[in-house]
Parts: sequence; C-alpha cells; structure tokens
Amino acid sequence: MGAPLLLEVSMKKIKRQLPLHLMLLPSVILLFIFSYVPMFGIVIAFQNYSPARGFGDSAWVGLKNFEYVFNLPSFSNVIYNTFFIAVIKMLLHLIVPVTFALLLNELRGPGFKKSVQTITYLPHFLSWVILGGIFVDILSPSNGVVNIIIKSLGGEPIFFLGDTKVFPWTIIVTDVWKEMGFNAVIYIAALTGIDPTLYEAAVVDGASRWKQTTKITLPCLVPTIILLATLSLGNVLNAGFDQVLNMYSISVYSTGDIIDTFVYRLGLKDFQFSAATAVGLFKSAISTVMIVFSYVTAYKTTGYRII
Amino acid sequence: MPHRTKGEKVFNVFNHIFMVVICMLCLLPLINVLAVSFSSMEAASTGKVTLIPVGFNTTAYQHIMKQDLFLRTFFNSFKRVLIGVPLNMLLTVMSAYALSKSRSQLAFRQFYVWFFVVTMLVSGGLIPTYITINNLGLINSFWALILPTAVPVYNIILMVNFFKNVPIELEEAARIDGAGTWRVLWQIFVPCSLPAIATLTLFCVVTHWNEWFSGQIYLNRVEDFPLQSYLQVLLNQTKDTNMQSLTIKEMEELSKINTRTYNAAQIVLSTLPVLIVYPFLQKYFVTGLTLGGVKG
Repeated sequence: MGAPLLLEVSMKKIKRQLPLHLMLLPSVILLFIFSYVPMFGIVIAFQNYSPARGFGDSAWVGLKNFEYVFNLPSFSNVIYNTFFIAVIKMLLHLIVPVTFALLLNELRGPGFKKSVQTITYLPHFLSWVILGGIFVDILSPSNGVVNIIIKSLGGEPIFFLGDTKVFPWTIIVTDVWKEMGFNAVIYIAALTGIDPTLYEAAVVDGASRWKQTTKITLPCLVPTIILLATLSLGNVLNAGFDQVLNMYSISVYSTGDIIDTFVYRLGLKDFQFSAATAVGLFKSAISTVMIVFSYVTAYKTTGYRII
Repeated sequence: MPHRTKGEKVFNVFNHIFMVVICMLCLLPLINVLAVSFSSMEAASTGKVTLIPVGFNTTAYQHIMKQDLFLRTFFNSFKRVLIGVPLNMLLTVMSAYALSKSRSQLAFRQFYVWFFVVTMLVSGGLIPTYITINNLGLINSFWALILPTAVPVYNIILMVNFFKNVPIELEEAARIDGAGTWRVLWQIFVPCSLPAIATLTLFCVVTHWNEWFSGQIYLNRVEDFPLQSYLQVLLNQTKDTNMQSLTIKEMEELSKINTRTYNAAQIVLSTLPVLIVYPFLQKYFVTGLTLGGVKG
C-alpha cells in the first residue's frame, strides 16, 4: 500500500516539475555546445594541434607550448602591460565612481541630477569600435581637437595614441571616462537606501554637510565598496581587449600590447593555435583562481551570494 | 532645509559647475564627431572644426546612403538584434524562472546552478571556441553571431534574484485557479518583472548592436558583416595596414572621398539606434539593476 502511493507521489512530482526542466533544457544544451565543448578544446595547449588532425589525433607535446611562449621576447612585456593597465583601471573604477556618486548625491534639484545621470551613462552604451574611432580622431596630433586646444594654450602637441609612455594612460583614462557614470549606478542605489532618519538626527545634533558625508554616507557605502572591490579581483588580467585592439598600433606594442590582443594575433593572424591557447589558458587559470577567491571572500565577509 | 554655512553654499555652487563640466566631457567628443560629419572636407582635414560644423553640408551622408555595403551591414546588424535579443530574453526568462525555485521544487537545482555559474568562471578561450564553431560548420553562417552568446548567464542570475522577489502568494493564487507552470511564468512573473526585463532587453540590444569581434572572425565576406565589424575594418585602415577584408574596388571607392568626414558620418549613423532606444529604457535602469543585482 505504502510503496505504490510513494511512487504515485513522486510520479506526480516529476510531472509537476517537468515544465521547469523543459524550460532549462534549451539553455543547458546551448551552454554545453558553446561553453563546455570549447573547455575540452583547451587540451590543444598541450598538443601540437593541426586542424587537419583535430583534437583527437594531434601529437601531445607536454608543456612545450608554454615553454615556447614564455620564452618569446615580448611575453614579459605583455604580462607587465596587462597587469599594469588592469590594476590601475580596477582602482580608478572604484574610486572615481564612488566620488562621482557622492557628489551627485549632494545635488539638490532632481531634474538636474537626472540629466547628469542620463548624460554620464551614455558612453557606456557605445562600442569601442565607435569610441576608438572617435578618440583616434579627436586625439590626432595634427588635426585632433584636443591637440588643437593644447597648441592654442601654448603647449606641445601630445601623441596620445602613438607615444609609448602616454599610451597606457590614454587607455586607462578613456576607459574610466566611458564607465564612470554607469559604474556609479550601484553606489547611487546604495545611497538612496540610507535611512533618512540618520541625517535628521545628525542635523538635530548640528552636524555639517561634510560631517554628515564622512560620518553617515561614507560608512553606509563601505559594505558596497568592499563587495565590489572584492568582486573586481577577477579582472586582474582584464585590461580591455576591445578597447586596446581598437586603439593600439604597432608603434605602441611595447607598452600597449596585452595578453588578449597577443593571443588574438598569435592565434588568428599567425595561426599558432596551440601556442595561443597556451597563453589563453595561462591567463584564464589565474583569472579563475582570482574569481573563485573573490567570490568566496565576498561570501565570507558580506554574505553575498551570486544566486 | 535648515540654514547652511558659507562653505556649504560655496561647495554647492562648485559642485554644480563640476557636474556640468563632467557632462560636457561626456558629450563633447560626440558633438565634435557630429560637427565633423557635417563639415566641408577642407575644414575637417585642416582641423578647424570644434563644436559647430564649418562649411555645413551633407555630402558624407549622401555618399553613405549610396553605399551598398554600409546599408547592407546596417541591415545585418538590425537582423541580428531582431533575432538575437528575443532569443536572449526567452532563454533568460525561462531559465531564471526555473532556477528561482527552491531545491524542493526543482530537482537537481544545485547541479543546474553550477552548470550555469561555471561558464562564467571558466572559458575555453578564443582559439578553442573558434575551433568549435568551425567544427560545427558555423563559419560564414549568420548563426555564429547568435548561438554562442544566446544564453546570457549573468543576466539570468540578475533575473533569478528579481523573480525571487515576486510575492509567492501571487503564484499560489494562480495555482489554485488551475494555472500551469507556463501560464504562471507568462501571466504573473513576466508582467511583475517589466523593469528588469526592460533593463536586460536594453543590455542585450546594446550588446548585439555593439559586438563586432565574432562577425570579424567567424564571417569571411564583408557583405555578411554586422555594421560594427564593417566599421572596425574601415576605421582601423588608417592606423593598421591589414585590409584583408576589403576588395580593391571598395578601397578605390574609399580613397575618392575624405575619410575624416566620411568616418564621422558613419560613426554618427551607427550610434543612432542606441541613442534612440536608450531614453525609452533608461527610466527602468536603477530599479531594474538594483532590485535584482547587488544587495549591499
């Protein structure tokens, strides 16, 4: 008596759950084909891959590909450039949006505040193809607007995209410019969530605006700042492939070439599939460790869970 | 507002000015390109144009309108958005609804969650992905632009968190009235989540519209390119020597006109669609992003 009833219940349960599994099925299939199958393809980093032979038949070479790329003369430069650009971007992507959100929070008229937000979010939605085109144009040393202004102020024109010393900073500043407004969204939301009675109490106690900012607003933002700082650790080798590819040129490879652009050229221009995959694997291994570390830390310190 | 000190008033004025400057910094590069696109060739190439067109004319735009390739690639991008975004959103809504259920309501939930999350942590990388697409016979196929990015995992996670906030009583009431799982999703969860859906739709539209790299590596014929891939080739000619994707005839065509005004006009036209969608969906942003996203 008990067993058939149990079976009936679980059959019912399966039947009730079936639509949910069907809803997941297309996504699971697509992710399997386009995310998991390429993960198995990483084996070619340890092979001498030839497209004619495929994954299965290509000769195994152990760590030869890694040895080869680590000994390329430009490799240490590429690692340094990537790390340098990515870390400075991470820091500025934290500091600038927080500052911007705090200043925005001090604006009174809601109409003005909204307009500022609308305008500053905009660059986030433009591609680096477009923005690269725009920056190549306005930063041109001969007829770009920026250098015309510098010259009219009596300065020497700066070759923003061609000078190896200036190039990484051009990349960093233009990226901060693009993402500043949008990255502030989270902080703006956190600011609106602060309990207004805190400010009322502070006003009663005679606290100035500055005191209110340092004693109430900033401490209330700290959890969000720590959380986003932790989560951004995974970007330690993401210097911005789209951006660099659209703004660099051969003359600034020494300071502007990053891992992603290097992999792209090695793999899809020189067709060294195995070597390029080895470099890619090197990068994603470090990134994955950092991401897992950052998510575990975020969970332990703030209780944040992604899902 | 109680009385303000002198310092606060000064700060207030300074802060407003600062914000205006920030806004100008965001807009001026775009305005400059707009001005260049409507200027005469001489003015543009000698760098006389700042914020207002010099020697106003629309030659560059007229030329683009006669250009087969521009219109074609524009249409390709349009088609990509029209097919890619609904697919993104359909998969997002379905997966997120299932994953928003608890472990007791969805068997293997933990497995599914990891199956999705791992794809954000680990990736095969450029070359293995390229080889996979190649082995699937998707090189030169329009679907190479759609299928590999059809499941936006990050958006799904945002949506899951949003769905979890839909009051459970609504679903229970509908169930009592005899609604099945699919109906609960379409008639309760989707209408309750319009701000999130609007925000994620905007993100997907922008992603598909702006994405250029897959077009360039998976497609060989320029006439199949989406607009951004085509523009990328075009804009990089000036600084790069590789022009593998353009035919001699196209290059001759290009050399006849001033590339500066022409490029500017193409930049303007290709940003228009984003600028048109943006204000409509912008009002949903903050609600859409924060309810589902990071909770401080």
